[in-house]
Amino acid sequence: MRHGKYPFIVGFLFLPIVLYVGLVLWPYAQTFGYSLTNWSGASQEMDFVGLDNYTRLLDDEVFAGALWHNLLLLILLPVVTILIALFFAFMLNVGGRGGTGGVQGVKGAGFYKVVFFFPQVLSIAILAVLWGAVYRTDGSGLANGVLIKLGLVSASDPVQWLSDPDLVLWCVLAVLVWSGVGFYLVLFSAAMQGIPKDIYEAALLDGAKRGQTFFKITLPLLWETVQTAWVYLAIVAMDAFALVASITPGAYFGGGPDHHSELISTYLMRSFLRNGEAGYACAMGVVIFFFTLILTVVSLWATKRDKIEY
Amino acid sequence: MGSATEYNRRDLFKRAAAITVLAAGSSSLLAACAGGTGSSDKGTKAAGGYNLSDAKNPFGVKDADGLEVFIFDGGYGNEYAKAFEAIYSKQFPGAKINHQADKDVTGKLQPRFNAGSPPDVIDDSGAKQMKLDVLADSNQLTDLAPLLDAPYIDDPSKKIRDVLLPGTIDSGTVKGKVYNLSYVYTVFGWWYSGKLFKDNGWTVPKTWAEFITLCEQIKAKGIAPVAHQGKYPYYINVVMMDMIAKQGGLELMKRIDSLDAAAWDDPAVKTAVEAFFQIVDKDFLLTGTNGMTHIESQTAWNQYKAAFIPSGSWLENEQLPTTPADFDMKFLPMPSLPGDKLPFEAIRAGAGEPFIVPSKAKNVAGGLEFLRMMLTKEASGKFAQTANSLTCLKDGVGPEVQLKPGTASTVVALKAAGDHTFNYQYPNTASKFDEDLQNASGELMAKRITPAEWIKRAKESATKNKTA
Repeated sequence: MRHGKYPFIVGFLFLPIVLYVGLVLWPYAQTFGYSLTNWSGASQEMDFVGLDNYTRLLDDEVFAGALWHNLLLLILLPVVTILIALFFAFMLNVGGRGGTGGVQGVKGAGFYKVVFFFPQVLSIAILAVLWGAVYRTDGSGLANGVLIKLGLVSASDPVQWLSDPDLVLWCVLAVLVWSGVGFYLVLFSAAMQGIPKDIYEAALLDGAKRGQTFFKITLPLLWETVQTAWVYLAIVAMDAFALVASITPGAYFGGGPDHHSELISTYLMRSFLRNGEAGYACAMGVVIFFFTLILTVVSLWATKRDKIEY
Repeated sequence: MGSATEYNRRDLFKRAAAITVLAAGSSSLLAACAGGTGSSDKGTKAAGGYNLSDAKNPFGVKDADGLEVFIFDGGYGNEYAKAFEAIYSKQFPGAKINHQADKDVTGKLQPRFNAGSPPDVIDDSGAKQMKLDVLADSNQLTDLAPLLDAPYIDDPSKKIRDVLLPGTIDSGTVKGKVYNLSYVYTVFGWWYSGKLFKDNGWTVPKTWAEFITLCEQIKAKGIAPVAHQGKYPYYINVVMMDMIAKQGGLELMKRIDSLDAAAWDDPAVKTAVEAFFQIVDKDFLLTGTNGMTHIESQTAWNQYKAAFIPSGSWLENEQLPTTPADFDMKFLPMPSLPGDKLPFEAIRAGAGEPFIVPSKAKNVAGGLEFLRMMLTKEASGKFAQTANSLTCLKDGVGPEVQLKPGTASTVVALKAAGDHTFNYQYPNTASKFDEDLQNASGELMAKRITPAEWIKRAKESATKNKTA
């Protein structure tokens, strides 16, 4: 049967490859092509303008700001989310100290797991409504209401949250972390349960404290999962489109006040759909493409470790 | 996205010029397919093909021909169209009328256009509107010039062209030809509660000085004088730009529209913006209003937490669920500044909600006749009653029609304004400039920039977008 092997393999691969080329690679190529034109996005007419769109991007302050905001999210979102998720997962799985000396989570771990996972099942639309109510800019907002009751904020001058240029990005980050922690908690929990109990027991017998168990055993054995989480979170940080577009101020895909929460994705969509600069928007898309490509390569290379078998 | 409705309503009057943007992918697809059907414009008759002197049936509608009507089922619903269809049936009892309504205009109609059998009349609106310039480019639309020259049903001595409110024909024009009837007429200004004013004995201000004095009194009562939809600076921008237009006149407005940077050096701009800024400077704003959505702020206004709010005339219909029965919603034009070139009664007003007749429709004549019937006092009054909005028909609502207080007050305001209506074009023609202005206004309202910096930003943006 050896001679029939290749047609067999090709037969199986043909359709997926056609789909992949047609639905992924070809649109990529088209985006590259459009990025070299002054296409408006609403007509069939366009002129070839060479690299004009890219040189324009270099001078575009809004784009530079958006890139910077994406970078900030890219660094902060994975770090904060992973740290919190790891801490919770550790506490829920092996952080407890029962009297009998066994390895277990804190009391009520199952309940906490469900509670922490909760935000994950909410759609972005619901998140937007929920956090819109939390971040409301007068005393009726949840956050302001509590702060006013506690006397920390005056009722006549409540915190402007999403409408405050210095706070808006942090507010967005908080929502992203809040909604993401639960998923990574469960991911890390599952991975932790794969770690043999005897390793922990051996550490316990040697008198290891929680901190030591975490840094010497849990984290190294979890490294691959953390790496995966990092990649996922980086993707969220590069995008974050739906949330920013729906909760931040500004007509057409948010990004306000005055571009202070602008991301490449929101700026791209506005240029494409509202401002009739589809060619320019495609150039932004190409920049994101290379940006993400480089980041992925770098992060995979930087987090490379030897695999531990157990 | 959680905010589809916001897009819809801000687009309300922008639809007029049909620049509302669709997903470009689908529209280019459409253009390709529509162009590819190949069949020439069968069914499109030259204007000469109609007997326009016949007031009864200028387009030669055959009684036996059916009529298919497709209505965008948005903020105005589709009940009003059933009333129009009843009028049509009275005239042509033999015609079988097929009424359809949907939010997804493109999804339902794109295949129909591509197959060459679109409905006879379409209310082409909403977030999924089919782009009018694309349809026009692929010869899918009937030129409405014969309709404009056809006799007005209520008074056959007049032509339709003469009974439309100012701006309607401009809104219907795509690339030099009139392809749509922008049926809904929107006016912009301040809104207040007649009850609140009556209870407190406040008089409605006509000048900006009176407005400011009244705001002091309102504030002393413990009510915020002004609320605005701060999350979308579009609304407060209307106030600022209208004050500029009234102070500087239509000529200045046109210069701003054409992105003439020097327009911003006009002293009228400085006068208007500085006068406006008193609202912020004297702390007249409702607490937190700078970050509120339109629903949050308008609801607070309905709860008498604020006295004035800026908006277009869709406000009453939009706020129906939260408006108290005795609220007595009232419209107020922008109060006058000393030396204004336009009178107090002048208001921003424009037509939107495009109705089209596809050129490849089976019953083009019936479609045109349907539009002509929409432009009668009867139909216009029905629309005002069911959709709480005005139509583009001049004096289209008679005294016998029972209107809600807000809509009724816009009728009065529009009558008082007469020819003194204006409408900026830059939101349709210079989206980036519009966006920059809105951002600057958001900063101004939060007192992060001064009026002088606002003007500087506007000027810079005009310069930048003029060359781009």
